[in-house]
Amino acid sequence: MDDLFGMEAARGWESDEQFGSIVIRRLGPGFWLAAAWIVFIVTAAALAPWLPIADPNETGVGGRMEAPGWSNWFGTDNNGRDMFARTIWGARVSLVVGFMSILLGIFVGGTLGMISGYFRGMVDRVISFVVFVLLAYPGLVLALLIVGLAGQTLPIVATTLGILAIAPIARLSRATTLAYAEREFVAASRVLGATDQRIMVHELLPNVLIPMGALTLLGMAITIVAEGGLAFLGLSVEEGFSWGKMIVLGSAPRTLREGPWVAMFPIGAMFVTVLSLNYAGDRLREYFDVREIGIGQS
Amino acid sequence: MAGSGTAQLRESDKMVLRVENLVMEFPAGIHQVVHAVSDISFDVQRGETLGIVGESGCGKSTTARAIVQLPKPTSGTVLLDPGTDAEIELTAKEGEELRAIRPRIQMIFQDPISSLNPRRRVRDIVAEGLSIWREEYPDVDVEAQVDEVLTAVGLDPEVAASRRPHQFSGGQCQRISIARALALNPEILICDEPVSALDVSVQAQIINILEEMKERYGLTLIFISHDLSVVRNVSDRVVVMYLGKVCEVGDSNTLFSEPAHPYTRVLLASAPEPSAVVDESESAIGDELPSPMDPPSGCRFRTRCPRTTGLCASEEPVMAKVGLDHFVACHFPGSP
Repeated sequence: MDDLFGMEAARGWESDEQFGSIVIRRLGPGFWLAAAWIVFIVTAAALAPWLPIADPNETGVGGRMEAPGWSNWFGTDNNGRDMFARTIWGARVSLVVGFMSILLGIFVGGTLGMISGYFRGMVDRVISFVVFVLLAYPGLVLALLIVGLAGQTLPIVATTLGILAIAPIARLSRATTLAYAEREFVAASRVLGATDQRIMVHELLPNVLIPMGALTLLGMAITIVAEGGLAFLGLSVEEGFSWGKMIVLGSAPRTLREGPWVAMFPIGAMFVTVLSLNYAGDRLREYFDVREIGIGQS
Repeated sequence: MAGSGTAQLRESDKMVLRVENLVMEFPAGIHQVVHAVSDISFDVQRGETLGIVGESGCGKSTTARAIVQLPKPTSGTVLLDPGTDAEIELTAKEGEELRAIRPRIQMIFQDPISSLNPRRRVRDIVAEGLSIWREEYPDVDVEAQVDEVLTAVGLDPEVAASRRPHQFSGGQCQRISIARALALNPEILICDEPVSALDVSVQAQIINILEEMKERYGLTLIFISHDLSVVRNVSDRVVVMYLGKVCEVGDSNTLFSEPAHPYTRVLLASAPEPSAVVDESESAIGDELPSPMDPPSGCRFRTRCPRTTGLCASEEPVMAKVGLDHFVACHFPGSP
């Protein structure tokens, strides 16, 4: 009889490989298109120094304000710099700022939210209060303050945007932790003798990480746009250039009139990247939400 | 009773657990308190199965959680090995000291799906206890122990161990929960409505497994259920609870053949197949369960009791002996 149950169970199971292919199918072609773009732009940005493209800072590669054509795919700007090379190099700063800041936000915000949701009580009240203050404080003013005082370097810009991401992420992390901390597997773990630390790392973290993972993509989209906003105020990274800074340069009235491509290509790159991040993140979030409900009802 | 008193406690050194005057109250809003469990006492003999029965909201699960100090009771004591040299007062232990005793009492919960972490593999779930206490059990072969308990609960370790919980049915999840609890070789296994969420056909399988495991690992079981027939089948001794109080305690056979408390009689009469010792008319029970925030004075059952008098409202009945191993808290016990 014992054996019989093992067999019966085996028939109902999908193997892990099958499970993988189900994931691929259910996410849909749109998700994979978005993912392909993200992979493409990240690879291009990472490999920029080794790609056979023009030096993005070299002036006079083509004429000034040359329209897109065979020699300069994306045209040139008013200093005769190659816009194609600049768009790829610009991705480096934009993506690094976006990724570093959301990583900081998830690390700090996620941890605070989990502590808050797990311990409840006084700890929760203190953390929630700090989070509310952060949420109520106008983000732009805080960013102006930090960048203005601490300087316009890449780590500081990324940290500033990361700090702005802490509060909303902490709220999501707290809510997810609250929901899972009530589950009986957490009680079971305590009965086995697990410490609080062990429960948070072994039982709660794997569950909180799922929505956090989807949020990383959505958050990156937001921080990339936010960096563009800082650039518009002249507060983005001083050395090097991001898409945001390129858009600012290309949006001077005369440049826009004579060579709209100088602004359009970084805008297009930012648009497609943000769209892809949003779409992929949203699909992942939807997928895992549905999956959670499925587990609850099965 | 629904009443207080400790007459039902047995003087013996064979007891493995004694719960004395346990009170559990939760704050609810301003100046309001939920009286979930109010002054209950019972004991469990080593190797015995104690059934705790009562309708939803009577404090059964709260009692189970209070025994494992999750959370700590408002007052009262929970003693392990009472009256012996090894006596441990669980309610007096905190932090690391309490944690060190935890492996001795394990628990199985009602919801088989919520009991297992959806993100972990069955092998890790079952091995969790052993990996928490790895330093205390350096000689234990974790793999072998996991395989053994999985096999014991009727799962094939080779197929099951690498799967995740959502790939199993409710009954299989409950088997995994049992395996997880057994991996630490506990003395006491508290089963909090372990079959309530399962199909009737699967219920019997799980109960059989629990009985087998009890024999095999020498467990003492505390079996909590609202289902009288289930409790009757598995228990040696039964505690009937109503609104946070104990109504009747006794040897399973005695209690079911000569129910003395009107509430026990109501439970028996309202079962799908009413017991012959009660009349079906006795199942009539007025009103909803009163609010545990404002329980009735005197006997808590009086608002729904067919025998209620002025005495029941003014004075709370105390546990009294009515048979060899049969105790009841009622001013007017016995058949009507």
